[in-house]
Amino acid sequence: MEIGLNHYLVVGAVLFVCGIICMATKRNAIGILMGVELVLNGANINFVAFSHYTPLGLDGQIVSLFVIVLAAAEAAVALAIALNFYNNHLTIDVDRGDELHG
Amino acid sequence: MSGEQFFFWLLALTTCGGAIAVVLNQNVVRMAFWLVVSLGSVAAIYFLLHADFVGTTQLLIYVGGTVVLLIFGVMLTASGPHVHIKTSPADLVMAGGVGVLMLFLLISTVTAVDWKAVHGDAYPQDTSGYNDPRISHGNTARPIGLKLLGVSLEDTKGNPKKLSTGYLLPFEIVSVHLLVVLIGASYLARAKRRADANTDVESSR
Repeated sequence: MEIGLNHYLVVGAVLFVCGIICMATKRNAIGILMGVELVLNGANINFVAFSHYTPLGLDGQIVSLFVIVLAAAEAAVALAIALNFYNNHLTIDVDRGDELHG
Repeated sequence: MSGEQFFFWLLALTTCGGAIAVVLNQNVVRMAFWLVVSLGSVAAIYFLLHADFVGTTQLLIYVGGTVVLLIFGVMLTASGPHVHIKTSPADLVMAGGVGVLMLFLLISTVTAVDWKAVHGDAYPQDTSGYNDPRISHGNTARPIGLKLLGVSLEDTKGNPKKLSTGYLLPFEIVSVHLLVVLIGASYLARAKRRADANTDVESSR
């Protein structure tokens, strides 16, 4: 069976859905960040697969480079927020963050 | 089974298996390990798709940077040895059900589209124009670098190569964005007095 575009799109979809379930169910803030990374990687696989199989060309790979860079920046800020949350509440459980003050 | 098929199925197995293991694990350190496995397999998938520069960047920045950052975060926010943070089973079942439904929706939508009909005649089966043999063999570093500097040597509709515009403005925007974000993140995460459980919360700033 020839490996086509749809195979890579299914892999991207599985990664995307795993990331969403991770974001929805994990109570650890770092676990939620891992879900965000999975979602972005699922989208990146789609970009690179379209770059290979359609006339999209190198534009797909360049956009996936931008996605990688922006995901790294967002992980840094989210981690700083998680550290602040831990320092203020002494727990990393996001279910404890249900008050708007402090 | 050809080499490409064998590697695709192996890498798809490790990628999706690693992602499912990240979801199913309760221990955050084991989740980080399976995330490394999954992201490394995604980099190998990029190499299989002849995207060498993107695959190398994925290994350097994601596996070598972002996951290490996440593991730092895990170590710095570790709770006590007898504290277990678990999700209730009802939440797991509901989220799992919604996830499976969304997966079914995505896959059925994506496989129902005839991608060749969408792009018409300009499909890269012809070797003139887009399908430069260097790019299709993975030698993408120089064309990508030129595109990020604003010079594009290809036309994505399959026409013969001509000079076109690149991605200089997004490149500059992302560079400044990265600088600002890293300065902001290091300011946010500066060393402060940690809130002690016995003292007043207001005295810690």
